[in-house]
Amino acid sequence: MSVARHWRETPGRYNLIGVKCGNCGKVFFPKRTLCPECRRSSMGKMNAYKLKAEGTVFTYSIIHDAPAENNSIKPYAVAMILTDDDVLITGQLVDVELEKVEIGMPVRAVLRKMSEDGETGVINYGYKFAPKN
Amino acid sequence: MDVGIVSYGSYVPRYRITPAEIGRIWGIDGTAMGKGLFINMKSVPSPDEDVITIATEAARNMMSRCSVDPQEIGAIYVGSESHPYAVKPSGTIVAEAICATPNLTVADLEFACKAGTAGIQICMGLVGSKMIEYGVAIGADTSQGAPGDALEYSASAGGAAYLIGSKDIIAKINRTLSYTTDTPDFWRREGSPYPKHGGRFTGEPAYFKHIGSAARMMLSEMNTEPSDYNYAVFHQPNGKFPMRMAKELGFSDEQVNDGLLTPHIGNTYSGAVPLGLAAVLDVSKPGDRIFAVAYGSGAGSDAFDITVTDNMKKYKRSAAPTVAERLKDTIHLDYGRYAKFKGKIVMG
Ligand SMILES: [Zn+2]
Repeated sequence: MSVARHWRETPGRYNLIGVKCGNCGKVFFPKRTLCPECRRSSMGKMNAYKLKAEGTVFTYSIIHDAPAENNSIKPYAVAMILTDDDVLITGQLVDVELEKVEIGMPVRAVLRKMSEDGETGVINYGYKFAPKN
Repeated sequence: MDVGIVSYGSYVPRYRITPAEIGRIWGIDGTAMGKGLFINMKSVPSPDEDVITIATEAARNMMSRCSVDPQEIGAIYVGSESHPYAVKPSGTIVAEAICATPNLTVADLEFACKAGTAGIQICMGLVGSKMIEYGVAIGADTSQGAPGDALEYSASAGGAAYLIGSKDIIAKINRTLSYTTDTPDFWRREGSPYPKHGGRFTGEPAYFKHIGSAARMMLSEMNTEPSDYNYAVFHQPNGKFPMRMAKELGFSDEQVNDGLLTPHIGNTYSGAVPLGLAAVLDVSKPGDRIFAVAYGSGAGSDAFDITVTDNMKKYKRSAAPTVAERLKDTIHLDYGRYAKFKGKIVMG
């Protein structure tokens, strides 16, 4: 992914900033320009909304066959997290032994390295989820 | 105007390795090594953690304990000797991650293990002169020791963040002063992955001389005795040095124990005194007086005389985990997993 695209997505990646439809109140993450329910009536009313950084594991999967850049961390768990404001987000689970991962486990969003563009390129940071302690 | 700590937050990675496990690989009695250094285990960062993520966690914990609007933060200084980039500040990412951008000044600091406390001093100056309302100083490191080197048994990871201001301070900084000379006891050249140390040069003419001098200057300027303080925190490259330093200055083990984290997490370098002070603030009550002296190789010491205020009673300390809570619930690594975590295995 390009440096510019990562940079444009920084508010979402660092701080879970999505949007809330000013018409029906539904929250979307990642952000989108129109509410799929309200369509035209949501125009200009999609306001920035910071998601709750805490939630629970809704479902998860253990990744054994990972893309090359994740070789050093596999196997690892990827989960759908239901945030405390009822939004589903997908993210990697960290700081947990895989056999202890379970549905309903309370987690919180943490900032971690997502990828590095080689030894000399930019380091991309974003949210992952760690057990809440 | 009183200047002091408005809020603070700490962070230590969850993984640990013991000196015995490291020694097992290198044919050294690691248990004896650990006893000698007074290090029972050290923290290890996850492969996706670095100074930026550790500083961010500490800063977010700091913000969650107070109601200060991040937009009122006028400065952020991240002190470390393991900034992920040689050029590109760690502080801008931390600033963005706590929603403090764009109206603030940011810079990364480096002074071996004392860049975090140097940041506290800079923030005190900016707040005291009314240039800013609030300043953030963070000390964090993910230090590396070369495989097989003595430093491998101690070099660890962690950090703490301090919100410095003049309103609703939970701890007043009564005085700070420093003692600085050119002493080549420990260094790392640009581009080299591991630091080098001057062997015996690291003790007497470096650590003990600088901390001792700064501490004695502070006691003399404040006209105080060691017994006037409830707690003392000294830089802790291992567990032994700060205990000996405390004894030489006349502080008791009881005064030092709460702020002595090296036995549990190893040497967190720039994170060491900031974390030790955080552990003390975690258990302190109004009226408590704290003596803290950081040390950075190269070399210099920053001393602080601090008094906990009545605001500590209503401070939301429980809104973020304490240092003691971070020391429980750990995951132990064997050397193989540790080497993989630290990127010590070259992938073909
Ligand atoms: Zn809508």
